[in-house]
Amino acid sequence: MIARRGVVVTGASGMLGRAVARALAAGGTPVRTLQRSPSGLVGSGAGDVEDVRLDLAAGSPSALVQALEGAEAVVHLAAKVSVSGPWLEYRRTNVDGTERLLEAARAAGVRRFVQVSSPSVAHAGDSLVGAPAGPADPAGARGRYARSKALAERAALAADSPELAVVAVRPHLVWGPGDAQLVARVVERSRSGRLPLLGGGTALVDSTYVDDAADALVAACARADRDDVHGRALVVSSGEPRTVAELLASLCRAHGAPAPTRSVPAGAARALGALVEAAWAVRPGLGGGDEPPMTRFLAEQLSTAHWFDQRETRRLLGWAPRVGLDEGFARLAAAARG
Amino acid sequence: MRGAPLPPRSPAPSAPDVDLSALPGVDPRWSRTLEAPASDGTRRTWHLLDGAGSLDGQEPVGTVLAVHGNPTWSYLWRDVVAAGVAGDADGRRWRVVAVDQLGMGLSDRRPKEGGDLWRLADRVADLGALVDALRAEQPDGWPPVTGPLVALGHDWGGVVVSGWAGEHPDQVAALALTNTAVHAPADAALPAALQVVSAPAAHELLTRRTDAFVRAAVSQVRPRPPADVRRAYGAPYRTTAQRRGVADFVTDIPWRAGSPSRPALERVAAGVSALGRGEDASPALLVWGTEDPVFGERYLRDLRERLPRADVHRVEGTGHLVPEDVDLGPLLLHWLSVRGVGDGAAAGPAPAAPVEGRPRALWAELEARSEDDSPAVVEMGGTAGAAPAVLSWRELGHRVAEVAVGLHERGVRPGDRVSLLVPPGADLTTALYACLRLGAVVVVADQGLGLRGLTRAVRGAGPRHLVAVEKGLVAAAALGWPGQRIGTGRLGALGARLCATTLPEVAAAGRRSALGGVDGGPAAGRPTLATLRLPEPDARADAAVLFTSGSTGPAKGAVYTAERLAGMRDAVAAAYDVDRGTALVAAFAPFALLGPALGAVSASPAMDVTAPATLTATALADAVAAVDATVVFASPAALANVVATGGVLDARARTALSGVTRLLSAGAPVPTALLRRVGELLPSASLHTPYGMTEVLPVTDVELAELAEAADEVEDGVLVGRPLAGVDVAVAPLDASGGATQQVSREPGVVGELLVRAPHLKARYDQLWVTEDASRLVETDGDRTVVWHRTGDVGHLDARGRLRVQGRTAHLVRTAAGVVTPVGVELAAQSVPPVEGVGVARAAATGVGPAGTQALVVVVETDPPTRRAAGAPAELVEAVRDAVRSVPGRPEVAAVLLVPSLPTDVRHDSKVDRALVGAWAGERLAGRPVPPPWTPGGRLRGLLPRGRR
Repeated sequence: MIARRGVVVTGASGMLGRAVARALAAGGTPVRTLQRSPSGLVGSGAGDVEDVRLDLAAGSPSALVQALEGAEAVVHLAAKVSVSGPWLEYRRTNVDGTERLLEAARAAGVRRFVQVSSPSVAHAGDSLVGAPAGPADPAGARGRYARSKALAERAALAADSPELAVVAVRPHLVWGPGDAQLVARVVERSRSGRLPLLGGGTALVDSTYVDDAADALVAACARADRDDVHGRALVVSSGEPRTVAELLASLCRAHGAPAPTRSVPAGAARALGALVEAAWAVRPGLGGGDEPPMTRFLAEQLSTAHWFDQRETRRLLGWAPRVGLDEGFARLAAAARG
Repeated sequence: MRGAPLPPRSPAPSAPDVDLSALPGVDPRWSRTLEAPASDGTRRTWHLLDGAGSLDGQEPVGTVLAVHGNPTWSYLWRDVVAAGVAGDADGRRWRVVAVDQLGMGLSDRRPKEGGDLWRLADRVADLGALVDALRAEQPDGWPPVTGPLVALGHDWGGVVVSGWAGEHPDQVAALALTNTAVHAPADAALPAALQVVSAPAAHELLTRRTDAFVRAAVSQVRPRPPADVRRAYGAPYRTTAQRRGVADFVTDIPWRAGSPSRPALERVAAGVSALGRGEDASPALLVWGTEDPVFGERYLRDLRERLPRADVHRVEGTGHLVPEDVDLGPLLLHWLSVRGVGDGAAAGPAPAAPVEGRPRALWAELEARSEDDSPAVVEMGGTAGAAPAVLSWRELGHRVAEVAVGLHERGVRPGDRVSLLVPPGADLTTALYACLRLGAVVVVADQGLGLRGLTRAVRGAGPRHLVAVEKGLVAAAALGWPGQRIGTGRLGALGARLCATTLPEVAAAGRRSALGGVDGGPAAGRPTLATLRLPEPDARADAAVLFTSGSTGPAKGAVYTAERLAGMRDAVAAAYDVDRGTALVAAFAPFALLGPALGAVSASPAMDVTAPATLTATALADAVAAVDATVVFASPAALANVVATGGVLDARARTALSGVTRLLSAGAPVPTALLRRVGELLPSASLHTPYGMTEVLPVTDVELAELAEAADEVEDGVLVGRPLAGVDVAVAPLDASGGATQQVSREPGVVGELLVRAPHLKARYDQLWVTEDASRLVETDGDRTVVWHRTGDVGHLDARGRLRVQGRTAHLVRTAAGVVTPVGVELAAQSVPPVEGVGVARAAATGVGPAGTQALVVVVETDPPTRRAAGAPAELVEAVRDAVRSVPGRPEVAAVLLVPSLPTDVRHDSKVDRALVGAWAGERLAGRPVPPPWTPGGRLRGLLPRGRR
């Protein structure tokens, strides 16, 4: 049985989930992780961590309630993260999974719930320049992932109540050592010469080093029931926007990969993305790999600004990044060297 | 006053049915009807927008009577009514009553009895009857209007309300007019736009049968008002019948000599002149849109002559419908407060501190040395070996005296503005001192403004006369610059045709005139400044309008009185030890002009003075040798070329230059490295660089040695030295969001907007009342009132009392971590050594994103120059970011962009337009890869996509 003040972290097998679980445990909080595969933290010296292996979307409701029994708070990271794949899969994991988890949390008497979301839930493709966290907009969100996360965030915030305080936190572009998502793909694409800059790569983007994002989620978990915090959606980033070109170059350099230099016009990339998406709908795998070489979403992400006003987030969470980009890149390089 | 809702109005007979509650910006509670007797013997129902309807019983400090023109209606004043209800910064509320004239808007639309139309005289008389009705107790419960009124009018409404004011001076608290005309000179042709609508064939079609005229009035506004506002303007004029009043108004335009309303217009004009006369003249405000095709500058000039004490605010780029373009309500309320109008108003305006004592006249040296045959002005020949042109003190004095008298003979009077479009040289010096002696006000706008800026400046200053070289005469004629045109000597055939007279003719007339004071006519000798019979002008009267460089918006005219110009002379004399007996070389135009006032011999080197970079080391050495100069004034661009051409100097030239003991580099900031290399050519000279601006120059001075010593100091900003004697410098500290406060601090290290007081500070900005008001900071220290000039520069005083400049208030970067001033960031970026062969030649720091969370961006001109704009390579970004972290406050650079060139002001090629750079960087960093909207010369190429500028 988990201790009374413990926290359940879903999706702890991913980079950010693992970092959250580790940070919580390091602070003396008993942690129970919840996902299909082992978190890799049990017995690793990370502290009081236990794994419960469960498929949020498929597990029985009672098993879910039982998994949350006695927990004070839930940090919900588990999600299908990709740029392709059928809508039903996104819906099942990201929307249905979240709704089931919220239901179980209520039933289990959980008091605080951190919905880990994404700035893309409020991004309709235009430039975000020092932007506040807009409301989640499933209709305007680009791509299936963003749409499903927008629905999930809405469901989570709708569940905010005196019994269960819910806050949505949207870490932006999280990267760090062991990242199978952003970093690995960027480096792999760069090595194979498939990482063009769009429009010269001068769009300014925010990003977040993984430990800083984890700290922010831990802070949100602690403060979720404060009057000025619950029911809110907060974007989290390092607050150090960089041009796409510089960010990609820094990620590549940390891995000894060449920085992208070739630039294609952003409009052409978007058109190409649309074409590839259409082609993949008929013949998945076209062009090699398990993901399309370009999508409209990716083209937009690489060619429009998206950086955020962090003042409110920092004030409400009482949090500020401890690592930051420069130190983050150094740690990335150290990890890459092994 | 009452707080209960007022009864609904009963509509005026035959007035259009307009639902006021549906019109944007109107509070339907303002709508009111009121009966008053009309000039045709009937009683008429007026419709008004009366702010009392929403004052909710709060007592206003006064009432504004606002009258619209044609083809608008009281809707024109909705924002002014609302501003009155909202009150000014001190909570003083005004009751604004905006009327619909008879036959217009929602007032009585029945035609005048007797078959004629409402004429100007009717309108003036009827407005008077309405005011009487407003002052009477009304059964409908609206509070009666009390006390004197502020008369506010636009277009023909300005004529009508001025007519009322002229006939009831005892009822007038103030007069506020915008784009109107109370008088038309007999010879004035109708403005083209009015000719079109009043031509018999077009008149009926444009004004009545169609709504073309009604729509044109509103659609001229840029940016175009929203559709619902445009519809609201047209709401009472939807049908042919409803537009009868519009057509009648045009028919009654009294500008033609035979017009029936002409005598009425002349009465109105005389009434306004009477209001403007004397010490107890009514406070008057003229707010003027400069792009009005009907009410052009000439009508503003006419009004200024009638209301010489009026506060004038010209709004560049604004057209006819000023209340739609300019936030007139708050402006009017603030002005009323400053001018002490309204119940319980504070004492009058803060006086500009007068200069103590009476300074020596600017021409005093010329007058004292009228028998002196030693050289005063030496102009080196344009070609090698050509003999220099030398003017002795005696000869210059004669010429100045002759031209002063001759100009007087040509009708130039004290206070008249004379635009000088003459490059520095003997002609300019002569014309300048002649005007000063005469008491005419010289308008000096240099070619650095570009033709467009120059046109704007010259037209706006409203000169009555213009002295120009050929090029200036042609431009004046072609671009319609105002003023009697006087050519200099040496004119081509075209120039000779374009001018009324020439300076030599003016001088000849001056020689013949008895005013020259030479009894016995020209044969008895030439007039001198000592013999002149022209009265000496008032030292406190305007003497000059000098234009700013226009690097931050349209060029502003700074008005100097004679005593303040004398103050500038004295400040330069004291700071640089220049006096009678000093010989100087002036390669920087303003100082060439000061020479005779300083009593110094001044030599101009052979160069194109409008292109400083044409000064060669040899030309400088020749000029120095010609007068044995010990002092040199030059601009950084000129010095850069002197250094570049210094290699060819022979021994004689080097010897001449080694006699220079003081060099002043003025006009723009000068790089220390350049000064050091200048020092190698001028080994005996102390090298100075002053800080100042068109509004006050010089403010501080610093020597190269001190600059070099300070190079290693970790302190933000550029060191510009200590305030000169008689100059007071302080800062208005910035608040957390970067706004300059109203406080005055002299604490070391406190960053704020720089404040200056000096005897040689400008008296005011020309016809920019709002700008002038905003540029003043009034400090009350016990019973002492001190007025400071806000420079728009940001900086601080260091522990040793020296000033450091950190940028412009308009260029602050407001990041989440605090306010970043640009100069320190730029200096740090420029200190970065070349990265892979790419060096930072010049940097501009700017911010993108919303204030308070802006990202700091450095835009870099590289050496060698990049061919196209792009993001900087990662290594250079990191180097710049690291360097900038050494600036106090450790600002974080988000991005570095490379550009082929940065946009700079035309005059000095040194002040970077950071706001423009920021606007472009914002586009680029948002992911829109637009090219920079400026050319390598720094000029604007086109508009940014989202309409900045």
